Amino acid sequence: MPAIELAGVAKTYGRTVALHELDLTVGRGELVGLLGPNGAGKTTTIKLLLGLVRPSAGEGRVLGAPLGDRRARAAIGYLPEQFRYQPWLHAREVLRLHAELARMPAAERPRAIDDALALVGLTDRADDAVNTFSKGMQQRLGLGVALLGDPELVLLDEPTSALDPVGRTDVRAIVRAARDRGATVILNSHLLTEVERVCDRVVILDHGRIIASGSLDEVVASDGVRLRVTGLGEDGRAAAAAFGPVVVEGDWLTVRPLAADRVPDLVAALVATGGRIHAVEPGRGSLEARFLELLGESEAGAP
Amino acid sequence: MIVIARLTVKELVRRRVVWVLAILTLVSVALVGWGLDRIVTLAREGGSEPLEIEIGVSQVLILIAFMFSFILAVTAAFVGAPAIGGDLESGVAYALLARPIRRADMLLGRWLGSAIVVAAYAAASGLLAIAVAAFVSGGYWPPDPPLAVAFLVGEALVLLTLTLALGSVLPSIAAGAIAVVGFGLGWMAGVMAGVGAALGVAALGPIAEASRWLLPTDGLWRGVIYGLEPSLVTLIAAGRSPNLANANPFYAATPPPLPFVIWSIVWMALVLGAATWWFDRRDL
Repeated sequence: MPAIELAGVAKTYGRTVALHELDLTVGRGELVGLLGPNGAGKTTTIKLLLGLVRPSAGEGRVLGAPLGDRRARAAIGYLPEQFRYQPWLHAREVLRLHAELARMPAAERPRAIDDALALVGLTDRADDAVNTFSKGMQQRLGLGVALLGDPELVLLDEPTSALDPVGRTDVRAIVRAARDRGATVILNSHLLTEVERVCDRVVILDHGRIIASGSLDEVVASDGVRLRVTGLGEDGRAAAAAFGPVVVEGDWLTVRPLAADRVPDLVAALVATGGRIHAVEPGRGSLEARFLELLGESEAGAP
Repeated sequence: MIVIARLTVKELVRRRVVWVLAILTLVSVALVGWGLDRIVTLAREGGSEPLEIEIGVSQVLILIAFMFSFILAVTAAFVGAPAIGGDLESGVAYALLARPIRRADMLLGRWLGSAIVVAAYAAASGLLAIAVAAFVSGGYWPPDPPLAVAFLVGEALVLLTLTLALGSVLPSIAAGAIAVVGFGLGWMAGVMAGVGAALGVAALGPIAEASRWLLPTDGLWRGVIYGLEPSLVTLIAAGRSPNLANANPFYAATPPPLPFVIWSIVWMALVLGAATWWFDRRDL
């Protein structure tokens, strides 16, 4: 039984279509990155999974239960994009409140709360009021709330928006650890490098539609090659152009399309014209390049 | 629901709402107590009869209760409006509602917690004001203090229910404003109906009656007055011109009828039920 199954789920707000017939299946234990520009429908998708919004059409199941099922929510951890916790409570009290609302057995609560605090590095500030926390610390607390009691499904909506680079590294480690213990994690982000570094699979949304989905390798797969070359003159560019359309960005040169078995010939031709090859990345572009390319295609194809 | 109610009470204590209310109550009771003491002392020195003073004190006490009923209305609006609306606006509600709780638990828990604080405040401030009046007047007690205070609490709870319900649908500032304006209009409708009846204008009667049932605050306010009105005043008024006396918004010869009291409770249940129904279906 998959962790998430959405079939034709659509959401409209008045005349605005937030999601168009979304089909999405996420297996147990997967770490999936939900990507897309602002307004793509990422947060709406997460809210649908929690029953915070109701679908206008279609149906779905989360952990085997219908969308919005109350009992299923006991096994879901959620960090909202707008992460705000009672400013007048202490960090430990916020976690205690959520442990109680999640119906965690009373005997397990103190240990689970201590674990969550340690996980997000807030043990030293456990008894301080939330209103004394920086935004980054509040987001850490939110992550602790989401991971409290090791939920089966963890939904993280922009979990690093308020964090510094160290905090982001910590979050990547925390997210990986959650996946390693068997949790299914949906990471909603517009920070592509973050998703690229941790996710098994990416789903790219734009204007409420999935425009690409698959493993990272599948999504960024490209029938071309990207090379970092210095000392390339007009001859070299002309030599490259003989293999296919060329795009030059600084020292980087991309030739697309190009069959994989012709890559060594291209390298030899460039070297022959005096080019110095520093890197060759056949068959794979960066997620960012692919993302922008997909969005461009989506815009062009939009009615 | 109980977890949320407890959280609400804790919030009102931690955010110093309860302490501010307690201090304000003490300050206002001390001030009106001092004023009443001056009136009684100077009246005695001026040779007023004890009965005259008693009637004077009883009427001032009704006005003090009116001041408290207004303060309570505003307090109920301040406490009730952000209870749901504020949590949605700040985003605090999202993490809570993602837990395995019903939205009804959230709404009713917020109502219960707020109701405990508002009712305790209404009861404490009302009883304290009556006790201080008794002390400075040398022992004047209104005919039925518990009844008056019970109606004062009821009035505050009706306003709290309305604001909290509106706050689950509208922005909290709008919800608070509507409730306070509704309270004022309800009272004014009661006044106009009384004046209309005194002048023999029957047409206003049904409108005032309808407004009283639509928002029961003014009807409950009449119960507060009834509990504070000495029977001597009622007798004098009945003997002279009952219609004219009824035109006075600070006079009540009879308590609100039992069906009206029952309706006030049903009204709160209906308003909370409607708010729950709406909140449950709302996209967040």
